[in-house]
Amino acid sequence: MSLESIYTDIILENSRSDHNRKHLDCANCIERGHNPSCGDDIVIELIIKDGTVVDAAFTGSGCAISQASTSMMIDLIRSKSVDEAKVLADTFLAMIKKIIEEESDLEILEDAIAFKNISNMPARVKCAVLAWHTLKEAIKRKQA
Amino acid sequence: MRNFDIEKIRNDFPALSRYVHEKPLVYLDNAATTHKPQVVLDSVADYYRSFNANPHRGAHFLGVTATELYEASRETVRDFINASSSNEIIFTKNATEALNLIAYSYGMVNIEEGDEIVLCISEHHSNIVPWQNVAKSKKASLKYMYLDENHTLDLKEVYRKITDKTKLVSIAHMSNVLGTIYPVKEIVEYAHQKGAVVVIDGAQSVPHMKTDVRYIDADFLVFSGHKLMGPMGIGVLYGREELLLGMPPFLMGGDMIEYVEEETTTYAELPYKFEAGTPNVGGAIGLAAAIEYLSEIGFEALHKHEIELTTYALKRLKELPYVTIYGHKNPEQRGPVISFSMKGCHPHDVASIVDTYGVALRAGHHCAQPLMAYLKAPASSRISFYIYNTIQEIDILIDSLKKVRKWFL
Ligand SMILES: Cc1ncc(COP(=O)(O)O)c(C=O)c1O
Ligand SMILES: [Zn+2]
Repeated sequence: MSLESIYTDIILENSRSDHNRKHLDCANCIERGHNPSCGDDIVIELIIKDGTVVDAAFTGSGCAISQASTSMMIDLIRSKSVDEAKVLADTFLAMIKKIIEEESDLEILEDAIAFKNISNMPARVKCAVLAWHTLKEAIKRKQA
Repeated sequence: MRNFDIEKIRNDFPALSRYVHEKPLVYLDNAATTHKPQVVLDSVADYYRSFNANPHRGAHFLGVTATELYEASRETVRDFINASSSNEIIFTKNATEALNLIAYSYGMVNIEEGDEIVLCISEHHSNIVPWQNVAKSKKASLKYMYLDENHTLDLKEVYRKITDKTKLVSIAHMSNVLGTIYPVKEIVEYAHQKGAVVVIDGAQSVPHMKTDVRYIDADFLVFSGHKLMGPMGIGVLYGREELLLGMPPFLMGGDMIEYVEEETTTYAELPYKFEAGTPNVGGAIGLAAAIEYLSEIGFEALHKHEIELTTYALKRLKELPYVTIYGHKNPEQRGPVISFSMKGCHPHDVASIVDTYGVALRAGHHCAQPLMAYLKAPASSRISFYIYNTIQEIDILIDSLKKVRKWFL
């Protein structure tokens, strides 16, 4: 396993990027996600209107992997329908579990494909999937 | 005291010669668990190969020998911590189970509404959660002693927090995050004046410093074998005999009974009253072998070696301007445990990156979330040394930290 395949430029850049790190004034779906083994702790905020994620943001702290993964997820789901967001989450989680390996089936994840190699670093898988599990939990609660 | 020959010592530990990610292992996570010398591995294997029987049951040769070996291990532990009687040595599976035993069999029985339980803010979760449970069930209150700017405990804070209402004080002798060594003898003395009993969590201290329960005057002491070069799955509860005699059993079943009739049971004598079911005989034998190994080296030589490593590590870490070190600045005031953070670089990334250079260190909250919240550091990196670590390993650590930094510039 090489560090270069995990700490890629795109992941490191996104871990430092703050453009999604804020509160949303009229968030109507807020979910906290916590990774006790690592201490990663995030809160994602969504504005969902008529089945669409109109806007999304997050706050919190954690390692480079968790923070990059969260920020890239927010970029990806903004303006998507809730159903599309769910498909993205399922695809991302299936990629990490190596259930989906075909590049063409992963294209919808865009830059988040960069996390594919995290399955080679088992201790850090939880960091990469935290945001996506939190998103699924948020949607489940919103729809309940 | 044996001559301290680090090369010879390292050769006693098979795991230390292994490679990880094609690099020699640099094991700096000894506060979590320690590696085992060959004599410990052999003692456990020999027991299973040659004896392997339930102690205290049956009259066959293997059972009798297993009983003798198990009880001899108890005597080794008694001598190691200078307890008055082997009735005061209860084998548990680890420090956590021992703390739970005290919380249930002493705390739940003796603590009442309005009483106070006093802990230090740096406790391990194992020494917090059982007491939260007692406090909640009994409507007692839980109070924390906080640290000063050196991350040590000022006795004034001890005198403030321990009051006439305090029934129990539970404190680690050494912090697993900061390495701080707490003045437990003074704390015990003051708590006793106030009529409270004191539990010492020796999980971190017992492997590194001579612990004399009669000198400290502890009411209870707990520790785990695996942090002391012994096997996992064996731990010790020391309790003052008069307290243990008055406590109900923790777990019920075989081996802890005297007579069982259809409706009622009378319990076995100490220490068996607290050892229900088939005990971890192999673990106890391995722990005794570890204690003998440690005693041969001697705490004096160990301490000298650890101070050298801690002093050197603190000096090297201070050379890195982006590193913040937690805990006392004076290596004499702390055990061989150093927590630190690196600017712009989360502890989990530090741990993953140095791992690829063969360096094993710990990242996270170290099972001490209340302390981390108090320090306003959600996570830290932690290195911790033992008998077999070397100055060269610290150099490898520092070089790998410099490489970590490059990723995040
Ligand atoms: C201070 C302290 N107390 C208790 C424990 C719990 O030990 P165990 O997990 O062996 O029960 C630890 C282990 O990290 C510790 O450092
Ligand atoms: Zn993480």
